[in-house]
Amino acid sequence: MIPARKPLPGRTKLAIRGLQMAFRTEESEVRVLEDLDLDVREGELVCILGPSGCGKSTLLNIVAGFLAPSSGSVKIDGEEVRGPDPRRIFVFQERGVFPWLTVEGNIGFGLGRLARAEREKRIGHYVRLVGLEGFEKAYPHELSGGMKQRVEVARALAVDPDMLYLDEPFGALDSITRLEMRRELLRIWQTEQKTILFVTHDIEESVQLADRVVVLSARPARIRRIVEIDLPHPRDLSSRRYLELRDGILEEIGLAHKI
Amino acid sequence: MNDSAAQAGRHGATGFHWLLPFAGIVSLLIMWDLALRFSNVPLVPGPLAVARAIVELAQKGFLVKHVVASLFRVTWGYLLAVSVGVPLGILLAWYRRGGLALAPLVEIVRPISALAWIPLAILWFGVGDLSSVFIIFVASVFPLTVAAMSAVAGVSTTHWNAGRNFGLSARQIARRVLLPAILPRLLVGLRLALGIAWLVVVAAEMIAVDSGLGFLIIDARNAGNRYDLVVAGMVLIGTIGLALDASMRRIEGLRALRWSYAAAEEAA
Repeated sequence: MIPARKPLPGRTKLAIRGLQMAFRTEESEVRVLEDLDLDVREGELVCILGPSGCGKSTLLNIVAGFLAPSSGSVKIDGEEVRGPDPRRIFVFQERGVFPWLTVEGNIGFGLGRLARAEREKRIGHYVRLVGLEGFEKAYPHELSGGMKQRVEVARALAVDPDMLYLDEPFGALDSITRLEMRRELLRIWQTEQKTILFVTHDIEESVQLADRVVVLSARPARIRRIVEIDLPHPRDLSSRRYLELRDGILEEIGLAHKI
Repeated sequence: MNDSAAQAGRHGATGFHWLLPFAGIVSLLIMWDLALRFSNVPLVPGPLAVARAIVELAQKGFLVKHVVASLFRVTWGYLLAVSVGVPLGILLAWYRRGGLALAPLVEIVRPISALAWIPLAILWFGVGDLSSVFIIFVASVFPLTVAAMSAVAGVSTTHWNAGRNFGLSARQIARRVLLPAILPRLLVGLRLALGIAWLVVVAAEMIAVDSGLGFLIIDARNAGNRYDLVVAGMVLIGTIGLALDASMRRIEGLRALRWSYAAAEEAA
């Protein structure tokens, strides 16, 4: 077996310190995130795992700069995050593809500054990478859910970001497409060397994909545990270690093995 | 999925479904004719009389003259309303504070019938084209403002955020996200407003102008009780209104516009 360790002693890409988030409604204050600390290394694929509504999407939105935290700091490459940035692209839970643009138009959306020839070359490259040849002129409403999700991933990759934020990107897909998309994501991640933050509520998904799984508690979200997934890719989903890790997380969340 | 495609699928086997609307019109005409023959209502023209009246108008050259005059006024009133109402609605929705301050005002003025403006229109613009154009403008500007506001409010946060994420300036977001995102809904608003503009043309042309379908109707009654011409005017208004609506729907059916937030939510 190949040793599982990837280039882990890499430098810190993302540093979250003392992050708090509370939403104020008219009567009360809802505490969503409580005192989070997390470091993510360059090139790492980290899954943030938690029950629905625990605040993991909020966390990702703060890291992406769409929301300002109540307190604490989020630094990327040592610089405080103050807003969204094209070097770090968010792939949305609900379909973020622009329905008024074709597949090509969507993938080229962030490439406005490039010369035409270069832009078309890049679009072509990413169309192939996500396997959408022949659909360049199609509109999103003519595509399946999985294809739309691919368009969004391609649109994100096309601007060559160094980080990707994925918010339950495959949640709305059927289980077969979901597995395919995970495999493709891993393939892309290995060729493109991005740092990936992947939010999910699916334990299996997190163990299949991540270098480390950050297990969050129910709201207000705190980090319960960070699990290193020391399995090489491609991962054998029936291996003992895989099951061990999966069951360990199940236990951590407090769910029994049997339904 | 678009409706006409679904219907074509359902009725594809018979292939005659496109005849149905015509069958409806033809049976209406027959019933109209029969009803007149068997009752003795005075002064109501039958379909043939109306058809003859339309031919008469055409022969005298009045048909084109009235239709063009009406379309001219509606076009100007409507285009003015679009160029004021749509940007106003977008701005009110974009700058929330401005919206909070001005939206109630729009809501108060909106339910006032355009007809109520006729005295003021005459006072301000005198009797003539300008007054008619103004009435049409007033009738369609508020529905357009409201349509634009709600179209902007309906743009999904995801699309805003995606636009921001790719490093677009406010102006670029307006052009590359906001405008395309509101277009399908806005087009529905534009179509409805055009319908309203056409609807008030008769009232607008009652202000003593000397041409237009509205004038034709009033004039035919005043000058000799020519009810065949009155109904001919009504038929022409209806037909042209239908044509205007159909051409707007054609635009809505363009491939790039064949999506809507409502449909996207349903699919999700």
